[in-house]
Amino acid sequence: MALAKITSVFGRAVNVPGNDIDTDRIIPARFMKCVTFDGLGEFLFYDVRKQLDGTEKSHPLNEPRFKGATILLSGANFGCGSSREHAPQAIAKYGFKAVIAENFAEIFFGNSTTLGMPCVTASREDIAKISAFTEADPQGEVAIDLVKLEVRFGGQTVKIAQRESARNALVNGRWDAIGELIDGLPAVKITAGKLPYLAA
Amino acid sequence: MPKNLFQKVWDDHTVRQLANGQTQLLIGTHLIHEVTSPQAFGMLRDLGLKVAFPHRTFATVDHIVPTDQFIEPYADPLAQAMMDELRKNCAQFGITFFDRATGKQGIVHIVGPEQGITQPGTTIACGDSHTSTHGAFGAIAFGIGTSQVRDVLATQTMALGELKVRRIEVNGKLPPGVYAKDVILHIIRMLGVNGGTGFAYEYAGSTFDGFSMEERMTVCNMSIEGGARVGYVNPDETTFAYLKGRPYAPKAANWDTAVSHWKSFASDPGAPYDDVVKINAADIAPSVTWGINPGQGISISENIPSPETATSADDKAGIIEALAYMKLPAGAPIKGTKINVAFLGSCTNGRLSDFQEVAKYIKGRKVAPGIKAIAVPGSQIVALQCEKLGLDKILSEAGFEWRAAGCSMCLAMNPDKLIGDQLCASSSNRNFKGRQGSTTGRTILMSPVMVAAAAVMGQIADAREVFSVTQN
Ligand code: SF4
Repeated sequence: MALAKITSVFGRAVNVPGNDIDTDRIIPARFMKCVTFDGLGEFLFYDVRKQLDGTEKSHPLNEPRFKGATILLSGANFGCGSSREHAPQAIAKYGFKAVIAENFAEIFFGNSTTLGMPCVTASREDIAKISAFTEADPQGEVAIDLVKLEVRFGGQTVKIAQRESARNALVNGRWDAIGELIDGLPAVKITAGKLPYLAA
Repeated sequence: MPKNLFQKVWDDHTVRQLANGQTQLLIGTHLIHEVTSPQAFGMLRDLGLKVAFPHRTFATVDHIVPTDQFIEPYADPLAQAMMDELRKNCAQFGITFFDRATGKQGIVHIVGPEQGITQPGTTIACGDSHTSTHGAFGAIAFGIGTSQVRDVLATQTMALGELKVRRIEVNGKLPPGVYAKDVILHIIRMLGVNGGTGFAYEYAGSTFDGFSMEERMTVCNMSIEGGARVGYVNPDETTFAYLKGRPYAPKAANWDTAVSHWKSFASDPGAPYDDVVKINAADIAPSVTWGINPGQGISISENIPSPETATSADDKAGIIEALAYMKLPAGAPIKGTKINVAFLGSCTNGRLSDFQEVAKYIKGRKVAPGIKAIAVPGSQIVALQCEKLGLDKILSEAGFEWRAAGCSMCLAMNPDKLIGDQLCASSSNRNFKGRQGSTTGRTILMSPVMVAAAAVMGQIADAREVFSVTQN
C-alpha cells in the first residue's frame, strides 16, 4: 500500500484555546452511535459549538472568517481521555489536516498519526504568535514543515517538535502500519508459536 | 540482568522492529465491543483482509445496552444497529461473542477477567481506554484506537513504541473507610492527569500485595486517567487463586505449568525503573473530585479549591473553568454539596465486592427523598452473584434501582442519562464535561461506599460518619 509522504501541511489555521481538551469535548459520546466514521465531522466540538436548541454558540469554529481552516491550534494535553478514534476522525472529517498544540495525550497522538494527520508540539508563546497571526489575517497561510520541524507564517518562523518515530513514519509514507504489519505475518506466527497461551 | 514485568512481556511478544523504529508487538488477546469495532471491520472489508487469529478475539456488548430493556429491538434504533453489526461481524469472522443470551455479557473489562481470558504475562488490547484494567493480572494491556483494532484483527499485532516504567509503591494499611478507588484518585491528584504520559505504571508495595484482584482492577482501571496507557500489578498467589477454575484458565495438568510460567513474569528484585514514587497508605483519605477531570480531587474533609490558591496561571484558569462548570462555590467544604443522582457501577467499581461493601453499610438505610439512585452490575455474572447473596434486595429496599449489566451512566450512551445540570455522585472513572449524558450534567467521582453515603444523605458526605465506619 503506497501512502502519501507527508512532509508538510499548508493552510489556514484556527485557534481553539484551552488545556486538557478531552475526547468527550471533541466528540460527545452520543455521536459515537455509528457504524462508520463518515459524517462525524459535523459533530466536532458539538456541545461547545451549539446550544441545546442547535443554534450556534460563540466558538472559533463558528466564525465565518475561520471557515475552511485546515490547521487546528490548541493548548496542553490535547485529546486526553478516551482512546476512541472518533475524536481524531471527527477532526479529520471536519477538514483539519494537522494539529499544533503544546502537547498531546498519548493515544490521541498515535491515533492521529495513523490517520496521516500530524500532531506537532510548539511552545505556548509560539502558538500564541501563530494565533495572533491568524487573528489578524484569517486568510493568511500557515505552513508546517515536518522536515525542518518548523512552522512558517507571515514572514515568521517558529520551532516545532514531533516524536521521531511518528515524524519518520509521516515523511516516509509509513504512517499507517498495516502494510508492514501484514508483511510480518510469517514472523508473527513464529512468535505466537513460542507462547504457551497461544499454542493451545 | 534483572528485568521488570513490562520488559519481560514486551520482549516475549516482540515480533520485529519496524522501519520507523517502532516494534511490531504480538497481541495475544484482543477484546472488542460494539462502539469501536464496527468501523474496524469496515476497514478490514475495504482492504479485503481476514481476521488472522479469530480464536484470540473475544467480543461483548456493553456501552449501548439498555439496562432496563431486555427485548430487542431496542427503543434506540442506532443502538440496535450497533448490536446487529457486532453480531454480524462476529458470525462472519468466527469470533466468540458473549452476547446477552449467553449469560456472560458485561463490560468488557469485567468479562475478560471473569472468564479467565485475562492472564499474567500476556498482551491484551481493546479499543477502549480502560483496557489498563487487565494489568491487575500482570498483563500488559493497551487501550487502542479503531485503526489499531483493524491492525490487531488483520495481524494480531500492532506497531508501538516501548514505554518507560514508573513504579508506584504504596505501603501500609489503608485507614478505615479508604478504598482502592481512593488510592488511585490520590495517585492521579499527586502525579497529574498527564503525569503518566509515556509511562507504564507498576503498582506495588504492601498495600497492593494485600489487595484482592477486584481492588487491583479498580486501580489499574484508572491508570489512563493519570495519562498512563498501561498499569499493572505483579502476579502473585492472589492472582492465581482468582484465575483457578475460570472457563478460559488452564486446566488440570496444565495448571501447575501455567502458574510457574506466570510467576516468572513478576519484576525481578533489583529490576530497573525509569522512576519510583512512594506513598504511605496512611496518608490516603476518602476522596472526591470537585472539577472536570479526575485529577481535580480532594479528600472529603478538604475545601473546594479557590482560584487564589492556584499554583500557576494554568492551574488558576483550570480552577475557574471547573468551578464555573460544576457550579460549586470556591473555598467552601465539598461536604454538604447537594446531589441529584447516585450511580453505582462501571468497569472501575461494578464488581461483586463493590456491591457487597455497599450492601454491608446501606442495609436498613434509605436513599434520601428525591434522589435517583441506580445500581448497575458490571456483568450478568456479577448481577447473578449479587442476586444469589440477596444484595439486589438490600439495595432495592434502600431505594436503589437494580439494573441489568452494562456501562450505563458511566458515559450514558444508553438511556441512563443525567438531565440538565443534575449532580451525580458516581463510582465511575471520568468527570469530564457532559460525560454522563447531559451537556451541563455534573459528576463527582468517589468510591462506591461514598456514593452510598451521598445517596443516603442527599449530599456529599463522609461515609465514615454516615455509616460509623471503624474498620475495613
Ligand atoms: S464502564 Fe465506562 S469507562 Fe468502563 S468501558 Fe464502559 S463506558 Fe468505558
